[in-house]
Amino acid sequence: MKTGGSLSIWFFIGISLLVNGVLICGSGVYEFFHPPQQPVVLYHLHANIWWGAILAAIGAAYCIYFAPGEGRV
Amino acid sequence: MLLALASLDSSRLVHLSTVDFFIIVFYFVLVLAIGFYLKERSNTGEDFFMAGREMTAWIAGLSFLSANLGALELMGWAGAAYQYGILAAHWYWIGAIPAMLFLALVMMPFYYISKTHSVPGYLKLRFGEASRTLSSVSFALMTVLMSGINMYSMALVLKIVLGWNINFSILVSSATVAVYVSLGGLRSAIFNEVLQFILIWAGALLIPILGLIDAGGWSNLKTRIATNASSEYTHLWSTLGSSANNPMGIHWTGIVFGLGAIISFGYWTTDFLVVQRVLSAKDLRAAKMAPIIGAGFKMMVPFIVILPGLLALAVLPMKLTGEAQAIATGGHSYNEVLPLMLARYCGPGLLGLGITALIAGFMSGMAGNVSAFTTVWTYDIYRALIKKDATDQHYVSMGRWATVVGVIISVGTAYLVMDFKSIMDYVQALFSFFIAPLFGTVILGMLWKRATPAGGFWGLLAGTLSSIGMWAWVKIDPSALRYIALSPNARDMAENMYRALWSWIVCVLVTIVISLLTKPRSDAELNGLVYGITEIPTESYVTVFHRPWFWAALVGVLFVVVNVVFW
Repeated sequence: MKTGGSLSIWFFIGISLLVNGVLICGSGVYEFFHPPQQPVVLYHLHANIWWGAILAAIGAAYCIYFAPGEGRV
Repeated sequence: MLLALASLDSSRLVHLSTVDFFIIVFYFVLVLAIGFYLKERSNTGEDFFMAGREMTAWIAGLSFLSANLGALELMGWAGAAYQYGILAAHWYWIGAIPAMLFLALVMMPFYYISKTHSVPGYLKLRFGEASRTLSSVSFALMTVLMSGINMYSMALVLKIVLGWNINFSILVSSATVAVYVSLGGLRSAIFNEVLQFILIWAGALLIPILGLIDAGGWSNLKTRIATNASSEYTHLWSTLGSSANNPMGIHWTGIVFGLGAIISFGYWTTDFLVVQRVLSAKDLRAAKMAPIIGAGFKMMVPFIVILPGLLALAVLPMKLTGEAQAIATGGHSYNEVLPLMLARYCGPGLLGLGITALIAGFMSGMAGNVSAFTTVWTYDIYRALIKKDATDQHYVSMGRWATVVGVIISVGTAYLVMDFKSIMDYVQALFSFFIAPLFGTVILGMLWKRATPAGGFWGLLAGTLSSIGMWAWVKIDPSALRYIALSPNARDMAENMYRALWSWIVCVLVTIVISLLTKPRSDAELNGLVYGITEIPTESYVTVFHRPWFWAALVGVLFVVVNVVFW
């Protein structure tokens, strides 16, 4: 759905997922090289790295697909 | 802001890192940006109160579901799953899916074709001004009070979980909601609800995934729950033959007829908080598809709410208790299940996203209440009773002010509840008084052309008064519960189910009797409002895969399957 002719709600969601994904993945990578003293359960799975990467990838795809001026709904 | 957020209490459940704070602050910035961006699109009444009636089925459907998926809902039902086991899933399946499909296929055409802007607005068209006034005044009052209670509860949660100052939590979240709803109206509320929906899944989905790995899969989870609690905790129906055989103390008739037939239908088909989202759809087919899409996702919500509660029974090292005992012993209460599971599996970043999901859920629930209040106040009370012939611009301006005033009343309620906690129980009970009878009135109005204005009004009033009467009876004499819930083993949860059932029956009987004694309206007057008189547009121009009934049937089959699998 368009809003005022330019930005779709999905574009905002793309931004949200992209920014959050990058921050989460980045903190996961930092933790990988600087392991915490009190790790969470299943720390060895490094969930924040791959979950953050998934969110960032989905967010980037949404940002591109629903970018302003693309005419998609 | 970061310093204020960090005015912490040493007893908090989780500790946030810098990246977690950034994720939370980014959320606040984004929702405010959306509000400012949408301001230019909210200049007419149709834009501000109905989001221009141009939402797609997906947007309306996700918003419809999201308005109900508040933080308290998530945390409360995760706690209920820990306390009662998988029985809590009834509130997501039989307590929602049939009603949502019924709304889509049977009721939506009348709401949509009548072009009403609200549920009280439909009552005005069908039964006259008296029914609308009764329903709109009670709805507006209860909605804004409920918003305040939610605000207080969430501030309390943020204090317990994060150690945040209660005043700070109330101030920041209420001011944010007031800004983005007063600027962008329903459109802004809907946008943020869809954003919240995505954030909830992004923030909460990892818990069941990691939890199942931690527990060793579903079979091992069931074995561990049987050891730590009882094997009854993983059965949905097989323990409901007697109130004495299940942790909830409820009989299957209470679940099927009280929850599944009355409370659920009342809430999902007549509570304007959720119905308003569907009314914003761009056409009738989108309006019918929206609740079906919502139902499909609703069926999956137990994966991120009920399953974490069950996982906590298996993997948490400590035993959770009720609120009072937790305070007395310094332990953790059932309602802390989700934050505890978040803290168990989520490191920096993920924790911030999980907490953001809870905050987003809370703010979205509050925005839903406030935007519904604004519409009902402006159209069904102010325009109907106070100023009938003002300009559209005047009503939009009134809507913006009503949003701000609604938020201020909510804040006042939040502080009132802080000092007099029993008010919370009373207001929640008051809200429940109107839902079941309202469903009786609306459904008779839509399906029975003989129902008259007098029948509708007196039926609604009698149903509401009978509900209040039953509630007061049990308050004065708790042993009366055995008569209302039909069992000496019944507990609080069963009372709500049966009280709803009886009040609905009273409403329907009184409506029928008085309608038969009074003069009905002509068919011409009821065109567009009642089944059998209204011509429903055909959907033969679209393929089977685009027809609402096809997707409703698919969701219906999945609903049966999940109930059988977890029998």
